[in-house]
Amino acid sequence: MAWTKKVLRVNLTAGTCTTEPLNQQWAQDYLGQRGLATKYLCSEIDPKVDPLAEGNKLIFVTGPLTGTMAATGGRYSVVTKGPLTGAIACSNSGGYFGAELKFAGWDMVIFEGRSAKPVYLLIIDGKAELLDASHLWGKTTWHTEETIKKAHQDPQIRVASIGRAGESGVMYAAIVNDLHRAAGRSGVGAVMGSKNLKAVAVRGTLTDAYQVANPEAFFTAVDAGKAVLAANGVTGVGLPTYGTQVLMNIINELGALPSYNHREAQFEGANAIGGEAMHEKRPTDGKPNLVKNGACFGCTIACGRISRMDPNHFSVKDKPQYHGASGGVEYEAAWALGAANGVSDLEALTYANFLCNEDGYDPISFGATVGAAMELYDLGILTEAEVGLKLTWGSAEALVKLAEWTAVGEGFGKIIGLGSKRLCAKYGRPELSMTVKGQEFPAYDGRGLQGMGLEYATSNRGACHVRGYMVSPEVLGIPVKMEPQATEGKPAMLKAFQDLTAVVDSAGICLFTTFAWGLQDIQPQIQAACEGDWSEERLLLVGERIWNLEREFNLGAGLSKKDDTLPPRLLTEAIKTGPQKGAVCHLDKMLPEYYEVRGWSAEGVPTAATRTRLSL
Amino acid sequence: MQKSLHIDPNKCTGCLQCEMACSWENHRSFTIAKSRIKVFSFHEAARFVPYTCTQCDEAWCMMACPTEAIKLDPVTGAKIVLDPTCVGCKVCTIACPFGTINYVASSGKVQKCDLCGGAPACAKACPTGAITFVDADWTGLEKMRQWADKTDTNPATV
Repeated sequence: MAWTKKVLRVNLTAGTCTTEPLNQQWAQDYLGQRGLATKYLCSEIDPKVDPLAEGNKLIFVTGPLTGTMAATGGRYSVVTKGPLTGAIACSNSGGYFGAELKFAGWDMVIFEGRSAKPVYLLIIDGKAELLDASHLWGKTTWHTEETIKKAHQDPQIRVASIGRAGESGVMYAAIVNDLHRAAGRSGVGAVMGSKNLKAVAVRGTLTDAYQVANPEAFFTAVDAGKAVLAANGVTGVGLPTYGTQVLMNIINELGALPSYNHREAQFEGANAIGGEAMHEKRPTDGKPNLVKNGACFGCTIACGRISRMDPNHFSVKDKPQYHGASGGVEYEAAWALGAANGVSDLEALTYANFLCNEDGYDPISFGATVGAAMELYDLGILTEAEVGLKLTWGSAEALVKLAEWTAVGEGFGKIIGLGSKRLCAKYGRPELSMTVKGQEFPAYDGRGLQGMGLEYATSNRGACHVRGYMVSPEVLGIPVKMEPQATEGKPAMLKAFQDLTAVVDSAGICLFTTFAWGLQDIQPQIQAACEGDWSEERLLLVGERIWNLEREFNLGAGLSKKDDTLPPRLLTEAIKTGPQKGAVCHLDKMLPEYYEVRGWSAEGVPTAATRTRLSL
Repeated sequence: MQKSLHIDPNKCTGCLQCEMACSWENHRSFTIAKSRIKVFSFHEAARFVPYTCTQCDEAWCMMACPTEAIKLDPVTGAKIVLDPTCVGCKVCTIACPFGTINYVASSGKVQKCDLCGGAPACAKACPTGAITFVDADWTGLEKMRQWADKTDTNPATV
């Protein structure tokens, strides 16, 4: 069986670690990772709980393909109720941590309660214990990882930890593993901090913790899948060469690259911060920003950016600790740290990104919040005296300072750490917050791409691009080309993408495989790894079940149809220039149809028939 | 013709498919802790380096073994640990200058790369060509080719 069938329950209040068998019926109904942990969370907490209170739970979870030779089979997710949104939060990460958890014999770890003092969890195969983390509190994720490995004299331990952002309650704090991979969005790191849990460290050496059901069929399916990834233009060439940053110029030229807090839909500095720019030699030192591409565990795509900064750049001139190579900007980070606030200095973006990794906070939400603050400053609502610096559009100096302050909760960084929604509300201009359900938009304009607008409005974790990536049909023509401004057919296509994505996330593989893989490539891998019949139809039903369960959690948390919307700027302020000029998001045309194809009432509630069909 | 594992660290992305393949081949498990090849990440230098036994001709592990549990496979050139003979004394792990032979506590024996009998699973699994299995006498061929490509014998064509 591809599951270890073991769950580790850690009660932080009592300081206990207990083992329980995995609910195998739930594994059959929800597959693993995102789906399975959602089922556990929904069954164990009151959806109305304060996300930062003791009653919330935090689940680290793997999938059946995690820790196997399936390409990209190294993913894990962190599932909890998110403080940024008040909705369900599920943040997915790569690196090596997830597979290690599986090697140690665990499908998931459920944290409950709150520790009286800072602790970290150490898992060595079947043994788990909570250890004092007082000496790590106030330290970065990089320091934490290094210190734990040294303390236990084992460089092969993998660590997922929070930095100072998670400790100080930055609402979009992340959990960082393997130095620069992150369960990045929705503030899962803030929940971890609220529990006084600094880190999870794991080493797995077991050979009998789990097994693929049919090895021969598994390798046939896995090898075929790898061949498809290698032969595909996006996964075989584009992503390894440019990373997700391959998109910067494409989306900009399409006129769907939001900039200046969504005032504009193109960015004049896009070329300077995109994937191609990372390859170019800097005039200052003759070296490119990008040093190498790197892979997560088991990944044959290797889209990861590894960058080295210009040591003479103002942000790091006297800070040799940032002169070595580390995680470079991916597309979403480059957009948020750059286009969203008008900054076109790639080195400044890279430095801010290093800080996001080092102290654990989401560069998308951070950059977008800086963009909102810059608009407030531009309008004269925020002043230099209040902020402590000149917050002018495009100021790399301001971006760098705010990144440093936000990391440690200092000065105006404390306000930036609240996120765009709370920032704009605080200064009386809630409509300027480019968020849905409290979470900041990623790097695609919901007016320029109608399907993405609908995706943002309906995503269960707030504005998000990795719940139903309509960029695939609207820009890349995968699986079919849909015109960006068309609304017809978008709700049904979005539903299909959302359900498929839930399957991918629950299997333990990376969503980026779907640039090349369809369900027909994924299904044989799941089928061979897991016992039982996992037909394509059943998998899509699982995906739909997961989506609806997340929806029900959110409804229970008090969210409703009124939250399935977009900021007024996207609904009423037309794009001013470029190929999508004149566009607003026609959410009113698409949302009712979306509810209908989902089998929900006009109020966005799953009907009794839908609940029955999905065995909810 | 004998073949050798040939490693080009510049091509390695750190995906660890090689470690899983090795573990599967020898332990029927994907647990990379059991792999005989290890990929080292030199983070600040942005380098990933796969490393395993190079099958020394005068193999110090083989010479140090008091029970003659390490034998030469004349076909592949690999030095192979004979499990029934190995007593787990670990002297070979001290003798090896490179650290590529290691004790396995769960079996009480040592393990090292045996070239999978002539079809190394790591090379097959590597998606980037960082690990290849090539003519043992010509591991430098690709590097030579690259340099050859840079020579210019006819300046007139430049």
